[in-house]
Amino acid sequence: MTWETVIGLEVHVQLSTQSKLFSGSATKFGAEPNTQANIYDLALPGTLPVMNKEVLRMAVSFGLAIDAEIGKRSVFDRKNYFYPDLPKGYQVSQLDFPTVGKGSLTIEMEDGTEKVIGVTRAHIEEDAGKSLHEDFQGMTGIDLNRAGTPLLEIVSEPDLRSAKEAVAYLKKLHSIILYLGISDGNMAQGSMRCDANVSVRKKGETEFGTRAEIKNINSFRFVEKAINHEVERQIDLIEDGGRVVQETRLYDSELNETRSMRSKEVANDYRYFPEPDLLPVVIDDAFIAAVKATMPELPNAKRARFVSEHGLSDYDAGVLTADRAMAEYFETVVSTCGDAKLAANWVSVDLLGLLNKADKSIAESPVSPEQLGTLIARIKDNTISGKIAKTVFEAMAEGEGDVDQIIEQKGLKQVTDTGALESLVDEVITANPDQVEQFRSGKEQVFGYLVGQAMKLSKGKANPGQVNKLLREKLNNG
Amino acid sequence: MALDKSDVEKIAHLARLEINQADTDEVTQRISNILAMIDQMQSIDTDSVEPMAHPFDAIQRLREDEVTETNQRDRLQRISPATEQGLFLVPKVIE
Amino acid sequence: MLSKTVTELASALDRKETSAVELTQAFLDRIQQLNPSINAYITVTAEQALAQAAKADAIRADGKAGPLTGIPIAHKDIFCTTDVLTTCGSKMLHNFISPYTAAVVEKLEAAGAVMLGKTNMDEFAMGSSNETSHYGAVRNPWDSERVPGGSSGGSAAAVAADLCAMATGTDTGGSIRQPASFCGITGLKPTYGRVSRFGMIAFASSLDQAGPLTKSAEDAALMMNAIAGTDVRDSTSLDLPAEDFTAKLGDSLQGLKVGLPVQHFSKDLNPAVSNLLQDAIKVLESLGATVKEVDLPNNHLSVPSYYVIAPAEASANLSRYDGVRYGYRCEDPVNLEDLYKRSRGEGFGDEVKRRIMVGTYALSAGYYDAYYKKAQKIRRLIKEDFDKAFEDVDVILGPTSPHTAFKIGEKNSDPVTMYLEDIYTIAVNLAGLPGMSLPIGQINNLPIGMQLIGPSLGEARLLNVAHQYQLNTDWHQQRPEV
Repeated sequence: MTWETVIGLEVHVQLSTQSKLFSGSATKFGAEPNTQANIYDLALPGTLPVMNKEVLRMAVSFGLAIDAEIGKRSVFDRKNYFYPDLPKGYQVSQLDFPTVGKGSLTIEMEDGTEKVIGVTRAHIEEDAGKSLHEDFQGMTGIDLNRAGTPLLEIVSEPDLRSAKEAVAYLKKLHSIILYLGISDGNMAQGSMRCDANVSVRKKGETEFGTRAEIKNINSFRFVEKAINHEVERQIDLIEDGGRVVQETRLYDSELNETRSMRSKEVANDYRYFPEPDLLPVVIDDAFIAAVKATMPELPNAKRARFVSEHGLSDYDAGVLTADRAMAEYFETVVSTCGDAKLAANWVSVDLLGLLNKADKSIAESPVSPEQLGTLIARIKDNTISGKIAKTVFEAMAEGEGDVDQIIEQKGLKQVTDTGALESLVDEVITANPDQVEQFRSGKEQVFGYLVGQAMKLSKGKANPGQVNKLLREKLNNG
Repeated sequence: MALDKSDVEKIAHLARLEINQADTDEVTQRISNILAMIDQMQSIDTDSVEPMAHPFDAIQRLREDEVTETNQRDRLQRISPATEQGLFLVPKVIE
Repeated sequence: MLSKTVTELASALDRKETSAVELTQAFLDRIQQLNPSINAYITVTAEQALAQAAKADAIRADGKAGPLTGIPIAHKDIFCTTDVLTTCGSKMLHNFISPYTAAVVEKLEAAGAVMLGKTNMDEFAMGSSNETSHYGAVRNPWDSERVPGGSSGGSAAAVAADLCAMATGTDTGGSIRQPASFCGITGLKPTYGRVSRFGMIAFASSLDQAGPLTKSAEDAALMMNAIAGTDVRDSTSLDLPAEDFTAKLGDSLQGLKVGLPVQHFSKDLNPAVSNLLQDAIKVLESLGATVKEVDLPNNHLSVPSYYVIAPAEASANLSRYDGVRYGYRCEDPVNLEDLYKRSRGEGFGDEVKRRIMVGTYALSAGYYDAYYKKAQKIRRLIKEDFDKAFEDVDVILGPTSPHTAFKIGEKNSDPVTMYLEDIYTIAVNLAGLPGMSLPIGQINNLPIGMQLIGPSLGEARLLNVAHQYQLNTDWHQQRPEV
């Protein structure tokens, strides 16, 4: 019996505005408890919401990025329930008329295939505060700094069919929101949260199986593990004769298992109704056009442009545009050195390698794009060889100075003077009579050894191309 | 629409209101009377009518994304029943 | 002196017959003497009032006085006032010292009014008799065995008993107009969105409006000038240019078309009330107005639909009262559920709890369409009835309340009986229109008012009609013997 997995993801993205959705309180992460919570955030009697313009712009920009229908008349609703981190006793959200309607995005799988994943909707809502369960004499402490921060809840269609697809979707979503600059998408810090709705069914069945909602997943890696674990759990359950219960389950990353949240089993009747303190949010085509004008070039468009403008392969373009910061870094390197191919190699291999090892982001790169561009320029103008460039690169990463400084200090200038190189080659030929003999009698492989000797003699500073040419000439003519 | 005691208990729970056992009958009776009065609404067909949330046709004003509030924790917590280290205290919440 | 209107007091102050400080002290003395029996005030802010009065006198001395400078006012305890107790008539807020001030209070303070204190009211504005207050019932100054009406009972009683020159109230289903009728004073509920709700403790957000309770229509117009206006802090506050509500007071009523709703003038109308209304109509006719019948066919559905919408919105608005961040908290809660249930169970009175439950039920799964959504549809029909009527007439006239003030305790056996007190006023809130009540006579020495309803943003015209009526009658000048 073959099983098919069906996954839908609900992703909450915290929008990176200066102030909250309905109040002018600050939204900075890490502030002292309750220092960013005003009378509205604390739900004092008589307080009222006023909507943040930037939240609307960000939401609409997301909608445009996923080619979605934009809700020209969206309505806020109250979602009623009691919890200490929800000061009003209701969350202001959007039910029937969200700001963003149906859209889609394309994910790229490891084997290079593409799949379109539908997005059902994305709506704006308030975030809740935080509960701190450290012991305060048996009490829980509530911090409302986060209460009222704007969230965009993005709901996917149940189009995902594997944990890997789910991760690819999440990564694409992450890339889009970072590109748009609407969130820092940090799963560990909670500015991007993912809940997975998982169900299984026998292959060929058209009806969906009962789904379980998995919460508390806070990294891409855990998304994959949690989903895989849950799929196994459900299949085992069904094969053992049981039935999957529609419930919410918490993912435990240490034990790699999901646990039923018994306390949330009692069905919540949210008693949604339109928020009477807010009026319908109406936007026109002019507004949408204005938002479009503020949007940066998106990943797919940038990727296509890298292929057409910089002549990169689709694969290379893909690697470089996965991250907006990296793409911008790359283009600065190109504008400094003028060679897209070399820049692509250096950024995607050498720089990425360095950053991964040091666990740094592009923003924290010790080598600036201008520096890297200059380095490549020095290769191109034959000041140094590609091999020596790697040494210079490492030195720059250590903070030893700029390209030219390091070349100077370490005396790494490439030797290109024909006269000097000729004597170098002559010396190698003289020093290695056996190999020369072998080469002249037809052993081509020995050539590499001789080149190597020349490079060694020059301490790597000889221009390899010229050495190659001169050596061949002398060997053939000698 | 008449309610019974268990309906009232469910509603009271949803609304987080404690109703004394002794009062439940009276509360049930009174609420049932109110609901009976409200049921007069059903005497009219409103299928073709749009609901009206606000008596006028205006749209939501938007404000600039600016921080306009300062830290007022001390002042606002002066009136709080239970706080510690700047946090509001509630009986321990088990997740 | 203390029974003078605001206009008269302003003159007296200008002519230096008295000073704001003297006037304020006089009111404070009267409050001290009479409030124990009337119970109109929950909090008296004597020190503050005298300080404000002194400031007002200084402003007047500088020649910068406005029409309300130095005039003592009482604020319904539903308006948040910084560093002053704001209870909303409830045990739930028995210790709530507000850290901020309501827009309405701010504006009146800016206009120079002197706050004498916070007045008693039905708990969370839910009531028509001021009997649901945690701070005790308010006594009608005309008859201490009777209610002043509600929910703005304290404000209305204070104005009627000359315990202030003017007062603020709020009206969700009739809570300014009905007490005005019972207490023989003038009250105005503005068009929804005219006056900011910022700092006004919410009962039913799409129905609540703040308004003046005064001794005359002219005074009400002066108060409107101070409190009306767009406030960006309230998203439901309309974008409107400033208006002078006194500008049309002197207009002639010649050609005024007055509509009389068939449904209000039915056989159910109390004959004594009907007679007084006919007298009032005659006065208006003598001033050039003509009357005709208008039809409000869905009027009978106003009370049922109101008692879905208001409790539903209230059930959510009152969820914030949970004993966590401010207000009443039960003792030694054993767990979170207990904290919520007992704080709310003990902090709220019975009527409030009933309405929260009705509202919760009306919104709950499976009932939303039949109740809340249905009520919102009826609401539209009611508004359309008024819109149609106003194609034919300029103002609508009718009774405010079915009878004069009833006895304390008389209507407490069945909530529905109490709800029917608002049978004439509720539709006006559902439609968001402006409505006034002004005294038109007495039945067995108890005052009663008539209601004037205007089209949207038609306050100035209502005030004009009321003012002209008051120039030609003296019911509004009658004061109870307290």
